[in-house]
Amino acid sequence: MATNVASTENGGRKALDSVVIRFAGDSGDGMQLTGTQFTQSTALMGNDLATFPDFPAEIRAPAGTTFGVSAFQINFASFDIQTPGDDPDVLVAMNPAALKVHLKDVPKGGTVILNTDAFSERNIARAGYTENPLEDGSLDNHIVIAIEINKLTNAAVADCDVTSKEATRCKNFWALGLMCWMYNRDRQPTIDWVNQRFGKLPNIAAANIAALNAGHAYAETVELPSGVEAYIVPRAKVVPGTYRAVTGTEAAAWGLVAGAKKAGLELFLGSYPITPASALLHTLTNLKPYGVTTFQAEDEIAAVCSAIGASYAGKLGLTSSSGPGIALKTEAIGLALVTELPLVIVNVQRGGPSTGLPTKTEQSDLFQAVWGRNADTPLPVVASATPGDCFETAIEAVRLAVKYMTPVIFLSDGYLANAAEPWEIPDADDVEPFPVEFRTDPEGFHPYLRDEKTLARNWAIPGTPGLMHRLGGIEKDYDSGHISYDSDNHHRMTKVRAAKIDGIANDIPAQAVATGEESGKLAVVGWGSTFGAINQAVGRCVKDGLSVSHIHIRHVWPFPANLEELLSKFDRIIVPEMNNGQMVNVLRAKFLVDAESITQITGQPFKVSTLEREIRSRVEG
Amino acid sequence: MNIETPVEALKPNDYASDQEVRWCPGCGDYAIIKGVHRTLAELQIPLEKLVFFSGIGCAARFPYYMASYGFHTIHGRAPALATGAKLANPDLDIWVVMGDGDALSIGGNHTMHAIRRNVDLNLLLFNNEIYGLTKGQYSPTSQLGTRSPSTPQGSVDAPLTALSLALGAGARFVARTFDTNQKQMPGVLKAAHAHKGASLVEIIQNCIVYNDGAFDGWTNKKVVSDNSISVEHGKPLIFGADSNKGLAKSDDGFGIQAVTIGENGVTEADILIHDETNKILAMMLADMKQPEFPVALGVLYNNPAKAFDEAVHEQLREVTEANPPGSLNDMLRKGRTWTVEEGA
Ligand code: SF4
Repeated sequence: MATNVASTENGGRKALDSVVIRFAGDSGDGMQLTGTQFTQSTALMGNDLATFPDFPAEIRAPAGTTFGVSAFQINFASFDIQTPGDDPDVLVAMNPAALKVHLKDVPKGGTVILNTDAFSERNIARAGYTENPLEDGSLDNHIVIAIEINKLTNAAVADCDVTSKEATRCKNFWALGLMCWMYNRDRQPTIDWVNQRFGKLPNIAAANIAALNAGHAYAETVELPSGVEAYIVPRAKVVPGTYRAVTGTEAAAWGLVAGAKKAGLELFLGSYPITPASALLHTLTNLKPYGVTTFQAEDEIAAVCSAIGASYAGKLGLTSSSGPGIALKTEAIGLALVTELPLVIVNVQRGGPSTGLPTKTEQSDLFQAVWGRNADTPLPVVASATPGDCFETAIEAVRLAVKYMTPVIFLSDGYLANAAEPWEIPDADDVEPFPVEFRTDPEGFHPYLRDEKTLARNWAIPGTPGLMHRLGGIEKDYDSGHISYDSDNHHRMTKVRAAKIDGIANDIPAQAVATGEESGKLAVVGWGSTFGAINQAVGRCVKDGLSVSHIHIRHVWPFPANLEELLSKFDRIIVPEMNNGQMVNVLRAKFLVDAESITQITGQPFKVSTLEREIRSRVEG
Repeated sequence: MNIETPVEALKPNDYASDQEVRWCPGCGDYAIIKGVHRTLAELQIPLEKLVFFSGIGCAARFPYYMASYGFHTIHGRAPALATGAKLANPDLDIWVVMGDGDALSIGGNHTMHAIRRNVDLNLLLFNNEIYGLTKGQYSPTSQLGTRSPSTPQGSVDAPLTALSLALGAGARFVARTFDTNQKQMPGVLKAAHAHKGASLVEIIQNCIVYNDGAFDGWTNKKVVSDNSISVEHGKPLIFGADSNKGLAKSDDGFGIQAVTIGENGVTEADILIHDETNKILAMMLADMKQPEFPVALGVLYNNPAKAFDEAVHEQLREVTEANPPGSLNDMLRKGRTWTVEEGA
């Protein structure tokens, strides 16, 4: 990275402002775990960081193949960072396939750490190399640290009473130990984790710790090639407070629990396993004591239906899935919409269409969220920007659902769900409560009596004496809540359902500019997880005096009331998205603005450099 | 609306809403709703505790005609909504009204899983062997060869037997009755209600418009005694206008056969006694078809196990007792955190 500037000497270590490391290996090599442990340690060291786990759809793809390569990238720094970094400064490649897939991203002069024990003739051929990459000169432009990691790991754990297979499986911890030494990371958090995880298997715990320590000791004693040193990345200067590392999945789960508590309701999650949304089900089921019921339904439809049934009975119904699953839930979402029951629908977007790229990230369900239902069925859509932001976005989704008696779609994506960042833990008491008041007064009651201001209908739950009523998907009479096939009534009900959702525009924060001026030559409009990359790219351009601003939309539907006016103050608008151009068309349809689309549908987050190029080409010269 | 639950005893009519009933004149659904009203009055279930869920179809209009809480949902999904509601509030007394297309075709998955999980729901399956609301197409329970707008030459796929399917899915309670059998229906419904867990009651229902007379062969007053058998726990499996027919072990000992007492050396001692906890017997009873057998009515199987909703709440209580929740702030701060001091 351009910002890798060595500054002060520090205990014989060279200080760096930021580093990008990519761990890559076979799906069975434990790269996600290695990355997660390195991340925890880095977070505790006080660096700012962002991560990008990138793994294949297969659980255990055939060993040694390129499509079975699993990677984890971490960017950490002594300053505020927003993305997992464009290109890695250091690549740890545990086998030839990992090298084959990832070497192209390592810039000239970058460091490549290799496990030479994995470079057997068979593995080399499996990865698709015709010649041994260690010998054919293809690594000449890089600093190579070639180590017999299997052998060294096996030696390190010799006393640990483990089988040779178990011994070899510790090699990721050996590599982690090496990296911990190079970047001065504390090993203790990892040791604590291992002891907790393998408490019942003390020999496995001991072997992993021995491997970790051996990798560390190796790096300390062995002479590393010139150009490689021991580094230190000073703590980032951050706002004082209590922090933790969070993924978007955790933050979303906590936000949903917090939102339900603020509404005075218990949470009911109906869900069906799907990548990458299942993690939310796993996380929430472990929060049962906080008033959470989780129900793994027989299918996506039953999942959403059970959540609607729970809302009907007076809980906050929640369902989570990914695009294909949301498609299955569509009819039921229409039922929640027409019966005007609160419901939160979390869509952790993934690459599509159909099964698509289940483990890769994409933003291609925006149309589905905003428009993807039969009939006139508007509902609020919110999208989170960063892993930590999932907390606030989740609370907002709950607030809108209960205040407006409506299903709400909360868009996250595979990147946000899996990526981690340090998060300043908010004070939950600062979140204004929005308690639900169930109707109990029979006087003048009918189920579609509306609040004059919000237009939300009153909520009476079964069990309440005197308020027995019937809900259902058939159109209901505006004035009595009984079945009505009357054409004028249907017109009126459709209009009031739309007006209710439109009115939310006045109950959400005005659209602000994330970076840059409130008017100018170019507005870069983004939504969702592209926030970090866009913000950093725009920030660099603003620093250089360019007239560019970043507008990040959290309330995807309805838009904040001032958005149209704000957009009109820019000469040009570009909308970078990880899809084939969706928000750009929503904006064009809604505001008749000449917004231009920047698309990337590779299943990978945008690189800052890519966006910077796009921006500069439009405002420079 | 605004119907206050009267303090005095509820009468069958108190369970009826003020909405005009819109089934075709002569539809079997009229008799069924009367039977349900009567049963509820006998049980004196408070209106506010009572919830009727339904899917889509003629039968699914049922909740609108009830004075209780009601939810007319979407095609086939009523058991899934009801499961969520029961988990959310186990105190509710939940009934689910389904048609044969609703419960066994589009919603087959949900019916199967509500039964398998043993959610404490009273599942009423109105089986008329036809699609009524969509104007007469054949259904998954229509007899082979059924001519309908979608099968003008006759259907060629075999029908399924609802109660056999339910028993196969692990049902703990299955029963059968028919619309005009008002003598039997309240008893069967009360047994279903008393059973904690999923109770499936198949109610054979005549669709006077699209499948009139489909069940005449065994429900008609003249033949009902000879062509159906009403089973009762602990009583011999005897039927017939002269009470001289019964069910006995088949000759090979592996099944059952319909026999006549006094013929071929059959005596009363040969007649099987109904045991509602015997699953094998229940499966044989459920599968009995005309003309070889009488159609089995009454409670075929009743062998309770822990209800799903109860198990879920038990687990919630246990986990919560073992890990008492703190404040939201405690939740957010559990695990590894670090603090950055002022001026750091
Ligand atoms: S179509 Fe058949 S089932 Fe439907 S209401 Fe009419 S008679 Fe009853």
